[in-house]
Amino acid sequence: MSTVEERVKKIVCEQLGVKESEVQNSSSFVEDLGADSLDTVELVMALEEEFETEIPDEEAEKLASVQDAIDYIVAHT
Amino acid sequence: MSKRRVVITGMGMLSPLGNDVKSSWEGVREGRSGIGNIERFDASEYNTRIGGAIKDLDLEPWLSTKEARKLDAFIHYGLIAAQQAVDDSGLDDYDALDKDRVGIAIGSGIGGLEYIEKNVLTMDKSGPRKVSPFFVPASVINMISGNAGIRFGYRGPNIAIVTACTTGTHNIGYAARTIAYGDADVMLAGGSEMATTRTGIAAFSAARALSTRNDEPEKASRPWDRERDGFVLSDGAGVVVLEDLEHARKRGATIYGEVVGFGMSDDAHHITAPPASGEGAARSMQNALRDAGLSPDEVDYINAHGTSTQVGDVAEVAAVKSVFGDHAEKLAMSSTKSMTGHLLGAAGAVEGIFSVLAIRDGLLPPTINLDNPDEGCDLDFVANKSRKSDVRVALSNSFGFGGTNGTLIFRRYED
Repeated sequence: MSTVEERVKKIVCEQLGVKESEVQNSSSFVEDLGADSLDTVELVMALEEEFETEIPDEEAEKLASVQDAIDYIVAHT
Repeated sequence: MSKRRVVITGMGMLSPLGNDVKSSWEGVREGRSGIGNIERFDASEYNTRIGGAIKDLDLEPWLSTKEARKLDAFIHYGLIAAQQAVDDSGLDDYDALDKDRVGIAIGSGIGGLEYIEKNVLTMDKSGPRKVSPFFVPASVINMISGNAGIRFGYRGPNIAIVTACTTGTHNIGYAARTIAYGDADVMLAGGSEMATTRTGIAAFSAARALSTRNDEPEKASRPWDRERDGFVLSDGAGVVVLEDLEHARKRGATIYGEVVGFGMSDDAHHITAPPASGEGAARSMQNALRDAGLSPDEVDYINAHGTSTQVGDVAEVAAVKSVFGDHAEKLAMSSTKSMTGHLLGAAGAVEGIFSVLAIRDGLLPPTINLDNPDEGCDLDFVANKSRKSDVRVALSNSFGFGGTNGTLIFRRYED
């Protein structure tokens, strides 16, 4: 079974069309990985599906980096 | 104000006959059918289980991962045809290109049907929060033009005319006028379609528009033949680079031909069927001839709308007879839809390209599957085999649901 970190990174790669080597824990979705506002919405939807959880909009807005997403998932699933 | 001359300097195409202009045109020259069994979804419950699909297309060389994931297939096809046309034209190598003076007019008849289906099904199952934020930009029709503008950095007029099966023709005609009128120096123009989806096939089938010759897909599209039983729905895209003649000359572009006439009309008759007289089609051709300043007897070849429907095929023959009189017997008229099937909003663009290639190569495309011409279908349809013949002027017709008609006239480029 993959770790939360691996699963989050895999989804980030798929959703944002970036290579695994480009994705660091500190990577910002918008500034480092080229996401726009629509990408980040869909990224959150994909995370919800992968981890069978619901991320409220006000929480989703705070997820700016790969580490933010990992921390949220770990704390809430 | 005198009109500027408009020439074609680039062409791109995806069709059931091939994933570029060269292979598609080869298919036409050989009189090959691109029609086969539907494989994109399980069509076993459908009355119609055949269509013209794009086969073996590798998106990777053409689209970014993001474009491939987040846009409907009709946008993929349109963007790839646009890229092919731009590559073919050499525009990207022309350093002096003023991108404020380059525009785009690429439409679609239906739009992102597959993406719409997918999201509606997801919403039905899992609720509104699961609808993709890309739903609108991935499926609305002007997003080929929009994405192409971003891709190439062309900042001129950006539009997408939507007129069902006349879409490709109207976009090319409008784009040519945009150049002739001086609003742009270069335009990418055409149409794209990917409507062979679960809903698309079901809907055209419900309208009794589609052939049900499921056991012989390659023989299903048979314009003017007595045994025709409807059209075959196909996918693909066609895009041309249109250019002001002086602009093309200045940069030393290869000129494939000239757009000399564009005509439009409406049947004002019925939502899906033309009048048997073909009266609306006739007016469209007359308007194009007047725009071109040509007399009917100067037309050598007509690429017909010719979809293989009962009423439409006969009406177009009646229209041609009424416009061309005795000359109707002398000119050649064929339907390349006999090979490609009906690409709806892409049809006019793909067929416009075939018309230009007929001029370039002096070759009349055939109408395949024409074994027994129906009553009243007695013109030279170039039955079953392509034929060498000098073509100076070619006319291309498109007629769409809603009664909308469009005609383009192309002429060999002469100084």
